[in-house]
Amino acid sequence: MKAKNEVGIKGYAGYVPKYRVTPEEIGDVWGKDGKTMGKGLRVESKSVPSPDEDVVTISTQAAKWAMRRADIKGEDLEAIYVGSESHPYAVKPTATIVAASLAASPHMTAADYEFACKAGTAAFQTCMGLVSSGMIENGMAIGADTSQGAPGDALEYTAAAGGAAYVIGSDDLLAKIEETISYTTDTPDFWRREGEKYPQHGGRFTGKPAYFKHIMNCTEKMLERTGKEPEDYDYAVFHQPNGKFPVKAAKKLGFSKEQLEPGLLVTHIGNTYSGAVPLGLAATLDQAEPGDNILVTSYGSGAGSDSFDIMVTDNIEKMKDSEVPTVEEVISNKEFISYSVYAKFRKKIEGGR
Amino acid sequence: MAIPRFWREIRQRYKGIGVECKNCGEIYFPPRDICPECRRESYKKMEDYELKGTGEVVTYTKVHEPHPEFKDLSPYVMAIIEMDEGVRLTGHLVDVDYEQVERGMKVEASMRKLGEESPEGLIYYGYKFWPLDTHGKD
Repeated sequence: MKAKNEVGIKGYAGYVPKYRVTPEEIGDVWGKDGKTMGKGLRVESKSVPSPDEDVVTISTQAAKWAMRRADIKGEDLEAIYVGSESHPYAVKPTATIVAASLAASPHMTAADYEFACKAGTAAFQTCMGLVSSGMIENGMAIGADTSQGAPGDALEYTAAAGGAAYVIGSDDLLAKIEETISYTTDTPDFWRREGEKYPQHGGRFTGKPAYFKHIMNCTEKMLERTGKEPEDYDYAVFHQPNGKFPVKAAKKLGFSKEQLEPGLLVTHIGNTYSGAVPLGLAATLDQAEPGDNILVTSYGSGAGSDSFDIMVTDNIEKMKDSEVPTVEEVISNKEFISYSVYAKFRKKIEGGR
Repeated sequence: MAIPRFWREIRQRYKGIGVECKNCGEIYFPPRDICPECRRESYKKMEDYELKGTGEVVTYTKVHEPHPEFKDLSPYVMAIIEMDEGVRLTGHLVDVDYEQVERGMKVEASMRKLGEESPEGLIYYGYKFWPLDTHGKD
């Protein structure tokens, strides 16, 4: 899918809650060797939202910073899409609350997206379509989650919280989105039924026929369409449910560890689901130089992948003096908590009144 | 809190929108219809003013016996913040240890959950404050 007219990123920012819990701490409670599990998953800690944080607050903070970088006001936004699998309400849009908090409402369109971990990149594509068709000047695409794994489940070691927001427009671009392509199938690797608190997954089925098949096929199609080789890219960002999968996928596709490094945040913050690829891209843009080419491929269970070919412009230099903290600065502000405090924060245990 | 009351105050809670008296230039938050200094001179001259969102701690305390709504956050820090525009607000200080807080500390508003009606009910969002040195570029 090539955009009809020039489209790209005008501003971006990531936000990750401050609290962290380690796999070791989780394993101790469930009689597992958490340290070894963490090593296997290549996750040293995962982020935990404070009890007063959710997808609305994470999205709002990231969006506020992204707008500051783009130097636009709320009224300049004509569309807001928030992608998440942990919207605070089952019915009542996150996007309307975010829009009100940015003073973007009422003359704009807004909606929530859900596509497991790729809901954020689905929001990118919608904004790209609206901007490149000339229907709107500026749109906001957000991917954020406060994911939960059932207590003791393998997912509990990685399910984390965080998000990133992007102002998508056609002028003053920090990075042009040259092309996007998707790969979508009906693959039942991970789901959460209506009314259920925790998701279910297919265990090892989430690997080969799910994550790898979609990431590989989507990325290979992108390379075919652009006529580029992996080494033509300066950086690559792949969805990161753990630290192992993206590294393995990158290797199979011919990308190096160095290309992945700046955007590989899962080791420190865990799997931020819809926030993962947007955050990885934000951390990569924080380090990018004019002319850098970035390949991005998300993955959402259920299942699908979205790939993007992104070219960084000279405007990225202006971001270096920005008042907005880099993803690395946001992530470095952290506090480790025990499993009990984590269980209280995530409402796995309830106190009496 | 009744739905209409919360809804009426969304602009104040989410965006910190107060008013400026166009007669004397004074900023008020929460908004007032009439400037207490200029009185009738300010009639129809009170205009929306969005607080920048930054300010400093005037005084603070640590709450050990929380309101039931905030029990998961206990102990937490409440503070009176003087915003850059001069208005003073009461709010939670988040992501900070009580020992790190000091008078004059620069803080910034960030939207957080203030509470909820019930597990099935409405979620209330609004401003809390965090230290600028750890959460932004001071």
